[in-house]
Amino acid sequence: MSDTILSLKGVEKHFGSFRALGPVDLDLRVGERLGIIGPNGSGKTTLINCITGVYRPDKGSVHFQDRDISHIEAHKRARLGISRSFQIPRPFTGMTVLENLLVPLDYCQVDGSKEERARSVLASVGLSGRISDPSEKLTQLELRKLELARALVGNPEVLIADEAMAGLSEEEIDEVLAILFALNKSGVAVIMIEHIMHAVMRFSERIVCFETGRLIATGTSSEIAENPLVQKVYFGE
Amino acid sequence: MRKTSILFIAGIVIVLALGFLLPWTVRNPFYFFVGYVVLQYVTIATGWNILGGYAGYINFGAAGFFGAGVYLSAFLFTTFGLPLPLCILAAAVFGAVLGLLMGYLTLRIQGVYFAIATLGLVVVLETIVHNISALGGASGMAVYGPRPPAWSPGPSQYNFTIMLVIAVAAVSLARFVEISWIGRGLRAVRASEDAAECSGVPTLRLKLLACALSGAVLAMAGAPYPFYTSFVEPVTAFSLIIGLNAIAMPLIGGTKSWAGPVLGALLLASVQQIATVTISSELNILFVGLVLIAFVAFAPGGLSDLFGRRQGRAKS
Ligand SMILES: Nc1ncnc2c1ncn2[C@@H]1O[C@H](COP(=O)(O)OP(=O)(O)OP(=O)(O)O)[C@@H](O)[C@H]1O
Ligand SMILES: [Mg+2]
Repeated sequence: MSDTILSLKGVEKHFGSFRALGPVDLDLRVGERLGIIGPNGSGKTTLINCITGVYRPDKGSVHFQDRDISHIEAHKRARLGISRSFQIPRPFTGMTVLENLLVPLDYCQVDGSKEERARSVLASVGLSGRISDPSEKLTQLELRKLELARALVGNPEVLIADEAMAGLSEEEIDEVLAILFALNKSGVAVIMIEHIMHAVMRFSERIVCFETGRLIATGTSSEIAENPLVQKVYFGE
Repeated sequence: MRKTSILFIAGIVIVLALGFLLPWTVRNPFYFFVGYVVLQYVTIATGWNILGGYAGYINFGAAGFFGAGVYLSAFLFTTFGLPLPLCILAAAVFGAVLGLLMGYLTLRIQGVYFAIATLGLVVVLETIVHNISALGGASGMAVYGPRPPAWSPGPSQYNFTIMLVIAVAAVSLARFVEISWIGRGLRAVRASEDAAECSGVPTLRLKLLACALSGAVLAMAGAPYPFYTSFVEPVTAFSLIIGLNAIAMPLIGGTKSWAGPVLGALLLASVQQIATVTISSELNILFVGLVLIAFVAFAPGGLSDLFGRRQGRAKS
């Protein structure tokens, strides 16, 4: 198997006559930490939706572990190991925090008991104290942690975090970063979509920048920081 | 097994035992005549809630399923002399197929549009029945029910016990759905379809399953109706009040758990029965409408939520 785990080839997404994304070519390596930046409306979330199967791209194809998954339904992609958190947290309201994690666990295999797995993941994100609380009672930080916990409880191969740190304080950002670093250490490739520059820069081995649906720059953190195209997008002329 | 499951099963055994014994101890058949309707609504509310409550898909077409069950059962019995249990089973299967069909045609559309489409189902089915002369068309058909078996003292009591068994089966099914992975998946669907899908939940298949189960229970609720009334006609089989009650009862009792629809149906159906006898059946719809508005406005979580909040406050 190649060391590319996820690969997008000429992916495009239109809403009516408006092209929100693409064409995009992008590869993710096994165990890589990839940052995605770009101004509001540049197509980052649309890209994630095309990868996870929430949207079907109008053109191009998505490959996972050398297999074309373009026509596979979202829940099957999730079961293959592509996992995500949502930009605006979407807890399963009407359920406890623990039960939120049991949902993905209903559809995957884990070693040992599922409830134990859920508990240990909740402990790893610092939600142990909230296990039997209804998910609608969580704070913003806790909701973001729940998003992450739910996304990683099924042992994904790729985790995509869509602005997991928006609205958090510096300490809280550090907490979330630590969770993502630890996850990556265990071999999971992580795609981080983020507006908080210092966090993406610190986290990512490679960063890509989007503007109006197109990939305009690729490089390491320092390369991206010095890229004139990126500077133009963020700071104008 | 969970402690609550043991309690539930014990409760069922007691209810069933009462259903078979009470007809021999309570002399007045009128109670069973009225009790039948209450139990019918327990079944309807429970069936509706599997899709409407757990998955959050509001079905305005409960009367369509109910009526389909009524007519299929009446037809199979009068034409082929099928025994009552088989008529009920056939109605359940038919309701499930109807539910699948409705789900398949409408589930891809969301929310409001789904609800509107379900309304159409009632109209379509009623029109079909109107035009089939083998079913009596608009003027209806008489059904002479089976003789009550030796274990039941009379027809009213017999119908009552049959309806009770159906209601118990429906509630057990609803509870099973609720506490299993099915209910968990449906609740996830209700909260966010995209998040459910991205967590591995096959949302479309689960919703179709909910449609089928809900349809089966709703149609099953109608299966003994021909024997209860001895006469079926489209206007009553597809009546507006059925569709309205199917929604109102779970909303009043609470949609999150199986107990909500049961509670709502027991309360509302009993009040309606008393009102029908003492005031007028015409006022029924007005009454349900007003109660529904009151609950949606002041207690959207239903009675179980009200009780829950009380308790929560008392504890903390
Ligand atoms: N479902 C949709 N229907 C129509 N237009 C959409 C839809 N989803 C996204 N868009 C449009 O596509 C463009 C890209 O949106 P997208 O959400 O991918 O941006 P983003 O990079 O994630 O932005 P942000 O940083 O604000 O999250 C935007 O112009 C948005 O308005
Ligand atoms: Mg976005």
